[in-house]
Amino acid sequence: MPKHHQGGWVIITSFAMALLLTMLPLPEWAQVFRPEWVTLVLIYWCMALPTRVSIGWGWVAGLMLDVTLGNLLGLHALTMAVVAFLTIKLYQRIRVYPLAQQALAILILVAMSQLLVLWIRGIIGTTPGSWTYWLPSISSAIIWPWLFIVMRGARRHFRVA
Amino acid sequence: MTMDHRYHHLDTVRSALSLVIEPIRQIVNLPFSVVGDVSENLSSRSTLLSENEELRVKNLLLQAELQKYASLQSENMRLRELLDSSFKVGDKVLIAELIRVDLDPFTRRIIINKGSNDDLFAGQPLLDSNGIIGQVIQVSPFSSTAMLITDPSHAIPIQLNSTGQRAIATGTGRPGELELLHIPSNTKLDKGELLVSSGLGGRFPAGYPVARVIRTLKHPGKPYLEVIAEPTAYIQRSREVLVVWPSSGPQPEPTVGGK
Repeated sequence: MPKHHQGGWVIITSFAMALLLTMLPLPEWAQVFRPEWVTLVLIYWCMALPTRVSIGWGWVAGLMLDVTLGNLLGLHALTMAVVAFLTIKLYQRIRVYPLAQQALAILILVAMSQLLVLWIRGIIGTTPGSWTYWLPSISSAIIWPWLFIVMRGARRHFRVA
Repeated sequence: MTMDHRYHHLDTVRSALSLVIEPIRQIVNLPFSVVGDVSENLSSRSTLLSENEELRVKNLLLQAELQKYASLQSENMRLRELLDSSFKVGDKVLIAELIRVDLDPFTRRIIINKGSNDDLFAGQPLLDSNGIIGQVIQVSPFSSTAMLITDPSHAIPIQLNSTGQRAIATGTGRPGELELLHIPSNTKLDKGELLVSSGLGGRFPAGYPVARVIRTLKHPGKPYLEVIAEPTAYIQRSREVLVVWPSSGPQPEPTVGGK
């Protein structure tokens, strides 16, 4: 087994967990604060293993998210691919930031993906019509440091490379 | 790809992919179904007895109602025969359970545990014991997605129970609110007025309760009233829904201008 490809199941499991968290029923008031788990996990893997996880993974993960949420097929696939692309472009920079500054970069990345989603939804005529639409960007940024530490722990523990 | 979906070429892809998602859904739903089962198993004898008693009384009442209904139905059929527009009443139904997963918070959709294996099809109406909930929009083998009547992209043809005036009720995206479109501002519409499905459009069965008016607002400069209604069905609370196969019900045939 070649050494430079191991622990693929960890990546897949982490995406499955992210989907699970996306579907987990929350009370009505908390739903709008739900972080964009799949986007966060994708950004993490793109940063950690840019040679391995990139646009293709983003596209598949986005497609799964679309099916999960019952959205237009391809909506998140497109935005996730864009997010993966940007992360691949920026990972060398974001990696060396302190965690707080990383969170800020995440805020911008997630907000941008949400903006893309909003545009496409505007075109097909299902605009959310409330400013709470943007709350997930903020909660994603807030949750990022913890997610980063947990994911890094998992990656080192299972020696994903 | 986005455009492709508009023409429903990707429905099979979607239902295949949702099979992959299915185990994750089941995992999410697991705690809720386990808690439900456990609390059912642990409920004490006295609770069961009192519940049994309650159900017996309710059953009796419903039986009585049903007798009245049967006579009314036959009378209705007779009258309709006179009008030469007879149709069969009595729809096939199936009880489906909700799968407790959250979807996009800005749409009102639910997932139920019956799918194309149980002959569900897209466009099928969903009811609960108090009224219409929504319709199935997408089926996969073991589960299907349904759009609630409160979804912002949903509209249902209704009529006022008192006057029979027809209207369209659209969802607002807020949990318990529907909005009636194009109600002329001189319409007499009281708070609490019942809105029933009109059956026009041929998708929902006619005569089922949909909503009750909770608020009307007259804007002096505008030709239409702003009417907000609250669904009669327990949209947020019901755990079980009825999937209905409409019988060859009142077809929306154009009767004017025929032969």
